[in-house]
Amino acid sequence: MKRILDVKNLQVSLPTPNGDLRAVRGIDLHVNKGEMLCIVGESGCGKSMTSMALMGLLPKRAEVTADAMQFDGMDLLSLSKKERNQVRGMRMSMIFQEPMTSLNPSYTLGNQLCEGIIKHKKVSKDEAKKRAVYLLECAGVPYPEKRLDQYPHQLSGGLRQRVMIAMALMCEPDLIIADEPTTALDVTIQAQILRLIRELQQEFGTAVIFITHDLGVVARIADRVAVMYAGQVVETASAQDLFSDPQHPYTKGLLNCIPVPGKTLPGSHLESIPGVVPSLIGELKGCAFENRCSVSIGECCYRSPSLENHLGSEDHQVRCSIATASSFREAV
Amino acid sequence: MLVFIFRRLLVALSVAITVSIVSFMLLHLSGDLAISIAGPESTAEQVEQIRIDFGLDKPMVYQYFDWLWSAVQLDFGRSYYFQDTVMSLISDRLPVTLTLGGLALGLATVIAIPLGVIAAIKQDTWIDRLALTIAVIGQAMPSFWFGLTLIVVFAVNLHWLPAGGNETWQHFVLPAIALGYYAMPAMMRLTRTGMLEVLNSDYIRTARSKGLNESSVIFKHALRNAVIPVVALAAVELGFMLGGSVVIESVFSLKGLGQLAWDAITRNDYPVVQAVVLIIAVFYILLTFLADVINAMLDPRLRVR
Repeated sequence: MKRILDVKNLQVSLPTPNGDLRAVRGIDLHVNKGEMLCIVGESGCGKSMTSMALMGLLPKRAEVTADAMQFDGMDLLSLSKKERNQVRGMRMSMIFQEPMTSLNPSYTLGNQLCEGIIKHKKVSKDEAKKRAVYLLECAGVPYPEKRLDQYPHQLSGGLRQRVMIAMALMCEPDLIIADEPTTALDVTIQAQILRLIRELQQEFGTAVIFITHDLGVVARIADRVAVMYAGQVVETASAQDLFSDPQHPYTKGLLNCIPVPGKTLPGSHLESIPGVVPSLIGELKGCAFENRCSVSIGECCYRSPSLENHLGSEDHQVRCSIATASSFREAV
Repeated sequence: MLVFIFRRLLVALSVAITVSIVSFMLLHLSGDLAISIAGPESTAEQVEQIRIDFGLDKPMVYQYFDWLWSAVQLDFGRSYYFQDTVMSLISDRLPVTLTLGGLALGLATVIAIPLGVIAAIKQDTWIDRLALTIAVIGQAMPSFWFGLTLIVVFAVNLHWLPAGGNETWQHFVLPAIALGYYAMPAMMRLTRTGMLEVLNSDYIRTARSKGLNESSVIFKHALRNAVIPVVALAAVELGFMLGGSVVIESVFSLKGLGQLAWDAITRNDYPVVQAVVLIIAVFYILLTFLADVINAMLDPRLRVR
């Protein structure tokens, strides 16, 4: 399958008074054309930082390095500011977590929907409006023509997120990054928006990086999953493999935290992962998950594991010395 | 929008009526007007005569409506001190003050908004510090001293511009600079703070994610939202300059409204004081109304209130 995005050893660090905060510590990611990749992790694991780095939206003081950041054959890091603007918005776009504040209160929705395509594709205002109405309809916004003249404050949060989704699709991008697009919404609306994103992704064949902390969401929509912990990818696999055969103790812990209807008895204790995420300032010694891991051994304190193939397959990789050792034994 | 304007007009009108009552009452509560007009050496009969001549024997409510009815027709009676009608005094002075205030505000806006925007974009660089330094000097320096300095440098030493009077446009250059520099810092700081806040907002991130040019992000998406409090401040500052520019008017010997008010107050010239207070108040109300309308045009959320 053709890769639309290929990232090698992505690092993001932010200077703070206490030293550099290394939010992303060498991430390898790839997204195939038309695929839904979910990035899962808890707050502060660097998943939003990764998406902002891919879009080039981090503040100037953030330092972004990578061995490679290929988007459809282009090296994103070596593009000029103008070329980067052209790619961002036209070929990759983003849906944000906060629908209530992500639209400019002073301009009509029509204006905000159309400005990107008018700039990037040099289409006329009427053509842009036609496409906006079509996409609003696709995104399930009632009375799409009327919406073009409305302002964001006249819409509910769920509708605003639908507008944001339509906006992200305006230029027919190859890749959409959705950063927790359902977190700020009611549960009932969440399900609708998830289904919508999945449907549109399949209809338009757009690749999507979907960032979430919710494994329930992952189970419903992902083709592939990358689990992040402390600025690193700790396990990546197809959605099916990850749920049926998780390898990393962190992934197993996350899966245990989800109550399963029928299996988790009412009143029984719901699992959690003890401890907190380590500070991301400065170097980490050994495995980042060691202090919270239930199966760690002495070696984990000082040896940083690398991302290894599980059972010799490139499609399932895990960053854990113990899991790799047992996978090796099984293979032999 | 029309409903909004109509409602704002009603509010403005009721404020204007309140102000007219207050300004009318203020003078009548400050003592017996007939005695102060007649002077300390007058007899009781003379005071009584003046009371009847000026209509001061009639009930207060009657006097108020009588005064208001004339005021609406721009007839404020005759000045006690100047041998002229109040209206002709004001129509002589008002254009001078309006020109000065307008020029000063224009100058302040033209400098404050770009400077505030640049300072916000280049936050914590030398440009930002320079802008803040200019603002602090403007806020700290007494305007009369700055005015005198301008006269010494540009009028006395360099002979570029006249030192005082209000005959030609050149006479307005130095006072407008002095008054404008006084009004500029607050506007500049408010622009800078507003821009910093808006540039960190989610919708600016959205605008950037669409791959728009930096100029479009800053001027289309950020400035429009950042400038709203600045519009309100500018209206208040212009109102303040109309009534309170007496210091600058004295330094530059401009015959403006501020000077007239000062002369009238020191001479117990009540009709003039009343008229000046009322006119400045009406201008304040008009400016606030105008600022509300401009802001409602900038931000649709303000139209519903």
